[in-house]
Amino acid sequence: MYKHKNIQKTYKHNHFAHCESGVMSLMMSHHGLPLSEAMAFGLSGSLMFAYLPFIKLGGMPLIAYRARPKSIIKGLQKNLSIKIKMHTFSKPQKGMDALNTLLGQGKIVGAQTSVFWLPYFPPEMRFHFNAHNLIIYGKEGNEYLISDPVFETSNRCEARDLEKARFVKGMMAPKGLLYYPVETPVNISYETILPKVIKKNARAMLKTPVPIAGIRGIRALAKGISKLKKKDRRYAKLFLGHIVRMQEEIGTGGAGFRFIYASFLQEAGEILDSRQLKNGSQMMTAVGDEWREFALLAVTSIRGKKSNTIDFDALREKLNNVADAESAVYKELLDSKLV
Amino acid sequence: MDCNRVPQDNISTYGNNKKAVYATDQEGQYTIIASSGWEIEGEATTQAVQELNRQADRAYSKVVAGEKSPLYFHMYDCRMDLQVLSESTGLFKWRIKRHFKPSVFSCLSKTLLERYGSALGMSTENLCKLPERETSNV
Repeated sequence: MYKHKNIQKTYKHNHFAHCESGVMSLMMSHHGLPLSEAMAFGLSGSLMFAYLPFIKLGGMPLIAYRARPKSIIKGLQKNLSIKIKMHTFSKPQKGMDALNTLLGQGKIVGAQTSVFWLPYFPPEMRFHFNAHNLIIYGKEGNEYLISDPVFETSNRCEARDLEKARFVKGMMAPKGLLYYPVETPVNISYETILPKVIKKNARAMLKTPVPIAGIRGIRALAKGISKLKKKDRRYAKLFLGHIVRMQEEIGTGGAGFRFIYASFLQEAGEILDSRQLKNGSQMMTAVGDEWREFALLAVTSIRGKKSNTIDFDALREKLNNVADAESAVYKELLDSKLV
Repeated sequence: MDCNRVPQDNISTYGNNKKAVYATDQEGQYTIIASSGWEIEGEATTQAVQELNRQADRAYSKVVAGEKSPLYFHMYDCRMDLQVLSESTGLFKWRIKRHFKPSVFSCLSKTLLERYGSALGMSTENLCKLPERETSNV
């Protein structure tokens, strides 16, 4: 059926922490630009923190440890001058036909899908989140070959299920989004790009104009936690669990992307031979460890049956400490001389 | 996080899958470790899943009691709420709320039932009835 059946043999799946950065790493590496997941994440400048109490998802406020979905794709496009073609579709049939055509041309294709409607996800992980990313690299009979970077091995998905997952409606609806690079640079001048991207991201975290993003967002969440004292007990517990899920469960590489970013800083430090970046990496690792301690504290405090076992003040203080430690990293990065 | 401290708690919510975690080795170099899960993360997930199940159970009893239409149960059973169902069907919330009334639901057109069915991933036949269940836990 396809002229380029060998694509299924040459494409190499890899296990990564996060869907979008994982997809970009796999896609770029496939197209001759080896890029680790940490580099893909860091170079896109997508490290963030945001607490949006007025946007509710499943009754819980939006808490994000990274910039909005698609920012990794778009950030890389901008910072590395990669050209990526993106298509959305009005009709599912058109979207499936376009996918088949692209696969027929021997391309590997990035796609945005819902998590809930992908049958290969374990039932406990299936929630209504519509901005999941994966790579489709082939089709056999009625099944698509899926390289989902958050899974250890590649998966298969029936056409009917994939169509449902691609064309689910609602918040962040994928509209069948497909994407693939049309131009990949051969050489990247890391010496100029890395310092620029790192400083820009640090500045964004430190100097946000809004009190709900960056370091100020972490402090706003800390404040939000102390307000839980007056709220319903069940809600308070769900709220604390929700923070931990956003930090750990959704595929962040641990500590809400802080470990991935530390890995990125380390790699950048080696490329630029910068002691300050390597130091920044170690500081970020320590920040990640503190985030994990916060998660531990939050979950152990909701185990108890009584609400008075939750020490909201301790949680708030822990989170404020995290904010202090994290802002110290960004200040260090801003002060460092990176050529 | 140190490589040796990456949790391998075999948590049930992973369903025998592993997630990639970033950790440092003895030389302080970052590597990716496949983790079978952190108990703490598992507890947070389980809490969320239990809450969803609790809502579905409660909805089930309300439908059995004749207070709500089967649509009300299927919405929760599909891990949705009014907002998500409204977004995925394109219907206004107040309209969906009306369709939660058994009397209104029983008169719904085939088109509307199909619209709900496609959003919830089920046939209209199944949409109009409750699945067999032992008496609910709530």
